[in-house]
Amino acid sequence: MKTLIINLVLRISVLFVIFYLLLGTILTGCAPVTQPAATGQQSTGVTATQGTTFPVAAGIPRFKIATTTSLYDTGLWNYLEPMFEKKANVRLDIVYAGTGVALEYGKRGDVDAVVVHDPEAEAKFIADGYGINKRSFAFNHFLIAGPAGDPAGIKGLSPEQAFKKIYEGGIADPARVKFVSRGDNSGTHSKEKLIWQAAGFKYEDIQKSGSWYMEAGKGMGPCLLMASEQGTYVLADISTFLAFRGKVNVVALVEQGALFLNIYDAMAINPEKVKTAKMLPTANAFINWLMSDQVQDIIATYGAAGYGRPLFNPLKGGGCTEPGCPKLEDYTVPVK
Amino acid sequence: MQELWEALVQAISLIVSLDAEVIEISLRSLYVSAAAILIAAVLCVPIGGIIHFHDFKGKRVLINVIQTFYSIPTVVVGLFVFLFISRAGPLGGLELLFTPAAIVIGQVILILPVLTGMTISALNGVDRAVKDTALSLGASGSQAIWTIIGEARFAVVGTLILGFGRAISEVGAAMMLGGNIRSYTRVLTTAISLETQRGDLVLSLALGIILIGIAMVISVIVNILLQRY
Repeated sequence: MKTLIINLVLRISVLFVIFYLLLGTILTGCAPVTQPAATGQQSTGVTATQGTTFPVAAGIPRFKIATTTSLYDTGLWNYLEPMFEKKANVRLDIVYAGTGVALEYGKRGDVDAVVVHDPEAEAKFIADGYGINKRSFAFNHFLIAGPAGDPAGIKGLSPEQAFKKIYEGGIADPARVKFVSRGDNSGTHSKEKLIWQAAGFKYEDIQKSGSWYMEAGKGMGPCLLMASEQGTYVLADISTFLAFRGKVNVVALVEQGALFLNIYDAMAINPEKVKTAKMLPTANAFINWLMSDQVQDIIATYGAAGYGRPLFNPLKGGGCTEPGCPKLEDYTVPVK
Repeated sequence: MQELWEALVQAISLIVSLDAEVIEISLRSLYVSAAAILIAAVLCVPIGGIIHFHDFKGKRVLINVIQTFYSIPTVVVGLFVFLFISRAGPLGGLELLFTPAAIVIGQVILILPVLTGMTISALNGVDRAVKDTALSLGASGSQAIWTIIGEARFAVVGTLILGFGRAISEVGAAMMLGGNIRSYTRVLTTAISLETQRGDLVLSLALGIILIGIAMVISVIVNILLQRY
């Protein structure tokens, strides 16, 4: 009896398998085969630049990188991806995350290169032996945005002074002056901590100082939307801010300050430290390609058509002259 | 609320214009979750059957445990599987992280408890009298079990649709394990999450409408098949 039951149950499960296989065949069989959109124009924000690629073409190695969200959300990678795939004959798999998570993926060997923007975390990543061949390839700036009414009166101040004013305003009247923080260990979050420090605060004290300080734990876009909904101040990178202009009800209030410099760096994962990283030559080629005239020229103009001005600045030609800019060899000497 | 209307219009226009990327993403969603439900069904329906047709010590406890895992959060499943298949993890050598297979694994684990538990419930739902009647009419033991399963088929298929729904609509595991890589692991839910992050709320909503449309088509097809056979 017992074996009979098991036997039956097995037969039933086979029936289910057949049923689902049939269902699968019917569904995929009936579904329209992918055709390029007839109009040929990008009809979605997801950018329809290439057709379907599954089942995956065999034989082409997959090169995985983790990139910071600000670069990803602007669509820059969508634009660059097919170019590098063609050049290096790889499939470029791009995973996006805040700098902290991106570096974690690198440490675990889940990606072969990282593109991030947090100088301190990067220095530690390199010192710990995980990252090698760091090169800079683009920069732009952070800014402080907030409600047009500017309840804390920060317009035109330096970043440090502005943060101080926001703190004072928040303590005095948390209903009127608020600040929303990324709170996610991203490069932007690190920059925010740095500015608090420069303004003479301990970050832990800020976190605990009251309801005016809100930690979102979200990406830049959601934080801008939150700032817009709640009428709060927010530290943002200019590219995401421009991408959200018109969608959010906050304006740029503080745009000048040495601390606002935002440099994007690419690093390969060190195969000697992370045994599973096997694509160092590709990673090197990738880093060198980012410094090439081809990519630098794209960066110089990317976004100008859609946002009225380029979202990033190339480093080529010594465009970055502020204190804190990378040294010439950090963005010109190819890695080996 | 203007957005809702715009989203509906955009969803329809995306479907009508056969937008290449949207179709690709939708098909991937379908194919990943179909694979997940297939594997889960192969595992769960027999497991559920065995648990139902057997009496053993701790059966109630086991069922309670299974039912507890109905509410396992998708990100927890994602994190759990991530730790296993990340290259630094015990199964890292398989290089599964950030592949569609990783999403399938996550979704299978996510829906295993639901499918097993609901299969048991479905079989429980069949009136005991059915079995007794079958036996009294001279059916053999196996014929009686067949009868019970035949009676429970609507509920079992309903369970599978539920599992499929949980799989195709989850975003936590798909994001964490697939990485939302364009034209490789991007599925509808992760695309929605990305477009929301980018601030394109209308496109996000439109993709959501497409997802619901797919779910509707599937449930209609399954029900037609069920009525017929």
